Amino acid sequence: MTTTQMQLIPTKSSLQYEREQFRNESNVPHLWALLDEVTDPEIPVLSLWDIGILKDISQQDQSVTVVITPTYSGCPAMDVIREDITAALTKYGIAQVNVELELTPAWTTDWMTNKGREQLRGYGIAPPVDTVDRVLTQDTQVQCPHCGSHATRLVSEFASTACKALFQCNDCSEPFDLFKHI
Amino acid sequence: MTQSTQNKVDSKQDLINYLVRLGDDSIVLGHRVSEWVSNGPFLEEDIALGNVALDYIGRARLFYGHAATLSEDGKTEDDFAFLRDEREFENYLINELPRGDFAYTIVRQLLVDLYNKHHLQALKSSTDETLVAIAEKASKETSYHCRRSTSWALRLGDGTQESKRRMQLAVDDIWGYSHELFEVDALEQRLIDAGIAVDCEQLKQQWLADVEEVFEEAGLTIPEATWAVRGGRKGYHTEHLGHLLTQMQFVHRSFPGATW
Repeated sequence: MTTTQMQLIPTKSSLQYEREQFRNESNVPHLWALLDEVTDPEIPVLSLWDIGILKDISQQDQSVTVVITPTYSGCPAMDVIREDITAALTKYGIAQVNVELELTPAWTTDWMTNKGREQLRGYGIAPPVDTVDRVLTQDTQVQCPHCGSHATRLVSEFASTACKALFQCNDCSEPFDLFKHI
Repeated sequence: MTQSTQNKVDSKQDLINYLVRLGDDSIVLGHRVSEWVSNGPFLEEDIALGNVALDYIGRARLFYGHAATLSEDGKTEDDFAFLRDEREFENYLINELPRGDFAYTIVRQLLVDLYNKHHLQALKSSTDETLVAIAEKASKETSYHCRRSTSWALRLGDGTQESKRRMQLAVDDIWGYSHELFEVDALEQRLIDAGIAVDCEQLKQQWLADVEEVFEEAGLTIPEATWAVRGGRKGYHTEHLGHLLTQMQFVHRSFPGATW
């Protein structure tokens, strides 16, 4: 194992651990697995579970209720996500699908799984980094997802979607998005 | 109907009306800011304005959606947004003022974002659980909005002679619309007594301190003129809201019930 790989050994936050425990205790593990195939329409490499917006799945006879939470209040992807969930479960043969939107506790990037973080990086989006009081500044250390350099700078706190900020790499000059830590 | 059932119905209607005005504030400002999309001074700022607009419109959907659920008469968020007329909107006037030049937009955002910072913080203590949830969600976004409008205010207020002139002009134009943000009417008083609504009067000192801090660093001054325009919460609007609504509601009214 090289040093770089060693540094990448993921540590799991307590919030992530709690989420996993919750999922493991579910009596419908096959439905969770099924929804692992449903991805965020704007970041198609990330499943709803990995991004952290899938909160609960419960089944009563032929009726399944899925609870999701929005990333940002105005997230235009929520309607599509709702349709995608319904389509996936209907295809599986579930007669009645209810998708409920739960606002509290508010979504946080701390719920994003380590797998999701690595998938984001592979897709060219820097995963959320820990920030003091969740404030991005010129001093925030972000690694370029393209060349791996840490010499990057904040261009704008707002980017192609509400959940991202715009950065540029000083070494390879490529602009890239950072998934904001909220 | 007994007296206590009647009171319950009244207070539910009060809450619905309150939610609709909060939705009105958000959607009117969100629509205004969205007018910048494709007209922003440069690409990154164009995107930032679009994001801020989206946050406000999303917030409006949450407030209207909660009102629709409570009203139990088949109404949806769309009915509130698209099928009411000018006199039925109860947003604060500051939100409907035209977008003006970029300095004007930034000054309005600064005043409203800083107001929202305190307003949402107070709303988190509401006894209505859904309002608390909306406030928790929205205040995360507002912290981004505040940083953005503050940094622009500093950059433009403390910028060139021309940018400073435009910023001060905007402050002088808009300041008189800020006063009604801190006034409480009978409806809100009833809801404050019930622990639901925010007592806006209590927010003024903190808000003013925030604004003064930014203004001092940006070299801007609070105008001495004491005029104030009010009426938004009563449905009395400036001439600008009607024009905004004709644009915002056009598609929905032209193609009622259309879906895609």
